[in-house]
Amino acid sequence: MTTTTRPDERPGLPAHSRSFGARLAAGAATPGGAVYVLVLVLLVSIIISNPNFGEPGALIRFAGRTAPIAIAAMGQYYVIVSGEFDLSMGAVVTTQVVIAGNMAGDDSSQVVPVLVLMLVVGALIGLVNGLVTTLLRVPSFIVTLGTMLALFGFLRYRAGVAPAGNPVDEFREIGRGGIQDVPVVEVIPYPLIIVVVLATLAAFSMRRPFGRSLVATGDNPDAARLGGTSVWWVKTRAFMISSLSATVAGIILVGYAGGRAVGQGYEFSAITAVVVGGVVLGGGRGWVLSAAAGAYALELLFVLLTVLHVPSTWRDSVQGLIIIVAVAASARVWQVGRRGGAPPPTTEPDPINDPINDPTTDSATPTPPTPGTHQGEHR
Amino acid sequence: MKRHATRRIFAAAAALTLLAACGSDSDDSSSDDSDQWYVQADFDEQNAQRDATFEGDPATPWLQYIDGEMTDTAAFASPGAKKVCFANASVSNPWRQTGFLTMQQQLEVLVGQGAISEMETRDAQDDDNTQIADIDYFISEGNCDAFIISPNSTAAITPAVERACETGKPVVVFDRGVETDCATTFIHPIGGYAWGIDTAEFLVDNLEEGDKVIALRILPGVDVLETRWAAAEKILDENGIEHEDHFTGADPTEIKKIISDALVQGDVDGVWMDAGDGAVAAIEAFEDAGVDYPVMTGEDEMSFLRKWEDTGLTGLAPVYSNFQWRTPLLAVQMIFAGQPVPAEWVLPQTPITEDERAEYLAANEGLPDGHYAKFGGEDLPGFPQVWIDREVG
Repeated sequence: MTTTTRPDERPGLPAHSRSFGARLAAGAATPGGAVYVLVLVLLVSIIISNPNFGEPGALIRFAGRTAPIAIAAMGQYYVIVSGEFDLSMGAVVTTQVVIAGNMAGDDSSQVVPVLVLMLVVGALIGLVNGLVTTLLRVPSFIVTLGTMLALFGFLRYRAGVAPAGNPVDEFREIGRGGIQDVPVVEVIPYPLIIVVVLATLAAFSMRRPFGRSLVATGDNPDAARLGGTSVWWVKTRAFMISSLSATVAGIILVGYAGGRAVGQGYEFSAITAVVVGGVVLGGGRGWVLSAAAGAYALELLFVLLTVLHVPSTWRDSVQGLIIIVAVAASARVWQVGRRGGAPPPTTEPDPINDPINDPTTDSATPTPPTPGTHQGEHR
Repeated sequence: MKRHATRRIFAAAAALTLLAACGSDSDDSSSDDSDQWYVQADFDEQNAQRDATFEGDPATPWLQYIDGEMTDTAAFASPGAKKVCFANASVSNPWRQTGFLTMQQQLEVLVGQGAISEMETRDAQDDDNTQIADIDYFISEGNCDAFIISPNSTAAITPAVERACETGKPVVVFDRGVETDCATTFIHPIGGYAWGIDTAEFLVDNLEEGDKVIALRILPGVDVLETRWAAAEKILDENGIEHEDHFTGADPTEIKKIISDALVQGDVDGVWMDAGDGAVAAIEAFEDAGVDYPVMTGEDEMSFLRKWEDTGLTGLAPVYSNFQWRTPLLAVQMIFAGQPVPAEWVLPQTPITEDERAEYLAANEGLPDGHYAKFGGEDLPGFPQVWIDREVG
């Protein structure tokens, strides 16, 4: 049932050479793939409950407003897949929102300099997190918790966790505006464009040597080190990406909703999204795009509860239960997958194990799977 | 085997949908919740207090009170500057920040008059245990002449307040209440029911039967917030106004999502808030969806007053009188002067209407969005710069 509707949602599966249907089924059976099924189920449930949500304009607005949490989830993915945590994300979002509100308050010529400043601040926070974690060997849980507290303390002193006001409208346009008068969908929100571009870059980066070393580091840092990976630098870059993604999320959020009390608890939303996306805490396994899909699944869940008129007092409990069940289901899949061995059983001839007897697909895709993909992403 | 796993995820998702559906079946549970917070006698009392006569000069509303039982303070009368110890629940929202700034400036005046030598403040950062420790520290080592306590929560802080009372020194409690009347005076505006009555009556007057209101609530379990909604919900129900309430954590992103989703599902005619923080995000959700503005109740926070004026929507700014932060230190001064103080010091609490809005906007021009119009500190030293800089640390 899922074959026709999601042709390009999967990042490259390792089993490149099997038939499309088999690859899709195999992909959906991994936690990183199952999240797309979850997204679909939630989406269908919502549209059945209230068809208004199925209208293109409503869908695209939803996709746009979920962009910041998806971006944060992708940033958090880099850190988690390398075996670490970034708890400072929410504090970084809030800090950036305060910077934006205080420094681009009413002068539109300040927009670009302030954006640059925010990115520099974001990169620096990530650099500090990364260096303290890798060179001083303080657990990242503690380092980023400390960063979080330090940032909140500073904000509390400076502004009582709230900026003086919203930044200028030009600044907010990034998160609030979009390309207008588009046929069918009415508007394409800028945040949606940003998340698509970043997701493309992220998927690409994970196929580069950096991405490979990152996953290898998360899987087994000693082996990665012996294999010639500069572990400290790989992890530090992951922390910088995480803080930068929090910065981008902050830039969008301050536009979307204005700059008050935004960002607190964002790290937990991002980590939850990553876990729902089937990425294993502790590192070494998972797909970056599934982390983004995890964010969409979480937000869809929230919408579903609204559509079903779940009383507000129950909503947190229901949400929590659903997350636990979803993640427990994913964990079961991992166990099954590991017990069953690497390649999933399939009725078709397996070109890797049985290349001679497979005349159909080989001519079209003669390249064997990229070395390393089995290890990092699939198992 | 993996296909089974996929099926398991489907099964889980289906189970979850059922689970969620079960939640929606028990629609009456929300009214159960409000019953827990709804006390008819309190509702009636605060409803009457909305029209009560306040003693004292209306120009200094922070010294006004409803006539009632007074505490005799003759035993406390003593000359000289006193040390005050202040156990604060937190400064974690703009309302408390604004109030704390006002309190600091009031302190400066009283120190200048020689009534108070210093005020030692401990901030519990929204944590009951921290505040209990703070109060016990003050009792044993603070060398305090008087205690001011702004409780973090009602039940948990009660024993600590009782311990402070047992020292025999004056104890001033303000804002949220405790379950003991041992304090020398308990200072608070009329209360949550009055807020709920003011706002719900405004919505009823400006909406038709069957119209839909979205209620945006910060968080459950805080009495001064719960009673606001309990009173409003009752009046909306009685007048056939449909309503749906959500908890937002005062996060503008959440608020905007909730309104956007509600607008996708159908018309929203009114917005009710239990605090104005994030009101602008709610209004912007209507703008972004390209629909008419709702009838709306916010708060006297500057961001709402400004947006209200810009948009011209039909609105009301209920007030949880921020000027109450001036009263505790002035009460301490009165207590050591031997002047009687009200045992329960009920301060005025009057919403800002559209007609009065311009006046408050002008009086607070240049102050930040998180500032509260009825902060009552215009005559204090440092105005307006202190409230612009907002250095609460």
